[in-house]
Amino acid sequence: MSFTLARVEPSVAGVGDYIELMKPRVMSLVVFTAFVGLLVAPGHVHPVIGFTALLCIAVGAGAAGALNMWYDADIDARMARTAARPIPAGRLAPGEALAFGLTLATGAVVVLGLLVNVFAAVLLAVTIAFYVVVYTMWLKRTTPQNIVIGGAAGALPPMIGWAAVTGGVAVEPFVLFLIIFFWTPPHFWALSLYRTDDYARAGIPMLPVVAGAQETRRQILLYTLVLAPLGAAPWLLGYASAFYGTVALATGAVMIALALRVRTEQRGHTASRQMFAFSILYLFLLFAMLLVDRMSGALFGQMVSHFAA
Amino acid sequence: MTTMSETMNNGMNEHKPETGIRLTEQQKRARRARSIAIAVSLGVLVVLFYIVTLVKGPGVLVRPL
Repeated sequence: MSFTLARVEPSVAGVGDYIELMKPRVMSLVVFTAFVGLLVAPGHVHPVIGFTALLCIAVGAGAAGALNMWYDADIDARMARTAARPIPAGRLAPGEALAFGLTLATGAVVVLGLLVNVFAAVLLAVTIAFYVVVYTMWLKRTTPQNIVIGGAAGALPPMIGWAAVTGGVAVEPFVLFLIIFFWTPPHFWALSLYRTDDYARAGIPMLPVVAGAQETRRQILLYTLVLAPLGAAPWLLGYASAFYGTVALATGAVMIALALRVRTEQRGHTASRQMFAFSILYLFLLFAMLLVDRMSGALFGQMVSHFAA
Repeated sequence: MTTMSETMNNGMNEHKPETGIRLTEQQKRARRARSIAIAVSLGVLVVLFYIVTLVKGPGVLVRPL
């Protein structure tokens, strides 16, 4: 038995390439939703412990991004949107990305378990594994339902934030999970409508590639019709204010209006682009309003106790 | 103490062309930047563990499930 050793060139990867590997934009949304989950949870968490939890969630998300880029390097190279990523561009070797991702994933889970709590660490491990194994390695290349089921990974961070405070989960973070879960398909399908050629060239069975644009537009509308009332659920269930409810209903109505425009659009992709852009703002607004709710509630509580004393 | 064989080897190496990998300036710069980033990350981790130990006090190893 003999081994052939390939010559490994010294790496030219810079720190920026490793940061890019962690998908910082996705990471920022993950940290934000986890932060909201952490803040709306009942009980108190020391700011240092809260910061540690968010740091671990951020690093865990970065690890999942790195492992995703490691596995998907071949299809990234065939898509215009992703061809400049560090691995297909040749700035970083696949092995470097794999080692980086595994190290970060292990570190994030272990530190979260040691310094915060074991339940949150298990939830983070499940999230990373789900994103890398279930979504990236299995669903993404085999079914048009890839982003529907795989979206669960992106929806879990608020639950991890909640678990970091309480050591468990409840209905409230599950509703936040459902909001992100039902937001993911209209968001990504709106993007895939004007990137269909890219996905087809890469051989990814996104819904517009497999079922056509018309079916995708119909599905976007259906998911949005479920999403809009779901967005208002925190208010309907009584753990968010009427102000949150008003914003959720108003922005939900805009989402439905955009989905209807996408449904009826015959030429071009203006409505799809608008839907994609607004969906980001929509999710951000919902979670920002929950944050404002919680902050103003805490401030109001402090004022009441101050004047009562 | 230097042995005769070592002296001979050293003498031979003076005339041998350099072998192995020689890093380019770009590779050296990239390696240095990566090394600094790893050092900073480890430093942050040490400080984090130190502060959390102070915050949690004697019960630092007592973690809720």
